[in-house]
Amino acid sequence: MSDISVQVQTGEAGFGDYVALLKPRVMSLVVFTAVVGLLVAPVSVHPVLGMIAILFIALGAGASGALNMWWDADIDAVMRRTQNRPVPAGKVQPGEALGLGLALSGIAVVMLWLAANAVAAGLLAFTIFFYAVVYSMWLKRATPQNIVIGGAAGAFPPMIGWAVATGGVSVESALMFALIFMWTPPHFWALALFMKEDYHTAGVPMLTVTHGRKSTRLHILVYTLLLAPVGIACALSGIGGPFTLAVAVVLNAWFVVGAWRIWQRDEVMAEADKYAVEKAVFRFSLSYLFLHFGAFLGEAALKSYGIGGW
Amino acid sequence: MSFQVEHEIHKRRFGRNVGVGLLLVVMVGIVFALTVVKVTRGDPMKGFDHVVEPELAPAGATE
Repeated sequence: MSDISVQVQTGEAGFGDYVALLKPRVMSLVVFTAVVGLLVAPVSVHPVLGMIAILFIALGAGASGALNMWWDADIDAVMRRTQNRPVPAGKVQPGEALGLGLALSGIAVVMLWLAANAVAAGLLAFTIFFYAVVYSMWLKRATPQNIVIGGAAGAFPPMIGWAVATGGVSVESALMFALIFMWTPPHFWALALFMKEDYHTAGVPMLTVTHGRKSTRLHILVYTLLLAPVGIACALSGIGGPFTLAVAVVLNAWFVVGAWRIWQRDEVMAEADKYAVEKAVFRFSLSYLFLHFGAFLGEAALKSYGIGGW
Repeated sequence: MSFQVEHEIHKRRFGRNVGVGLLLVVMVGIVFALTVVKVTRGDPMKGFDHVVEPELAPAGATE
């Protein structure tokens, strides 16, 4: 009974297969940014309510992941990276993924409403709708700008965290949104440059396929140049301070230099060193977001000692 | 004589049942914790019922 194909035919999924539907790795980024949004807000939240709110924000994100896997099962089956996802692997029926996604969406939104407030719950509901419907159903297969607009879904969590604490939206939470929103395209396009997935067979219009790799390199540079002022603006806003500004200047300068180097290269140079620069920039972009939000958190901690902030 | 041969599927199904059971317990814990916090903080959750409660009437209202 160790033969995997026999297991597949039984249609009996293990508990872990349902967990995999929720995209746990995406969830970890959601939890981190939502926690930062919640903690840097000027209003303190009861720790139990805060934890419960974060939990259901994460569950809502997971639910949208399950809906995405239900809708994209045909694409996932074609591409090597996603072939082993529960639905294309035959472990979970598409209907189950849909049901799980819808049920968890409802539970997450209602529970967030009860634990926090209607604004936070409304933002979570909109995020799920945006990721599952606007991104997965409308944009992903229709336009090479799919990543740009779809990035908004990933940018909402800090805004939801902020809304949990304050019950509203503000310049600061909009800036945190903008930071992730502008960061997503260069991050994913750097990945697309060296992953070389078969987006074409899958029918997903990736920029690397539709506009070519040269154009993608330029796009990375332009979006990184647009991202830098957002990062600096965050540092100058209410959640920033001298410490955040110092971190933001270094991180954004580094990112721009990386994007510049990507733009300077062509495919021959990239092939020659096996996409070393592209891979390095992609890895850095992950640290970029982590450190940027870490700096907001650090600034908030400094503020509690009376030495942070403007 | 055993009624059924233990199958790999049964193990998986058992794991799934245990998982769902634990989730339900966690959910109960969450709702309970939420209730305790909200009640002890004194959040307004008392509605008007059939008992006349003068302290809930708007200030200045006299009967």
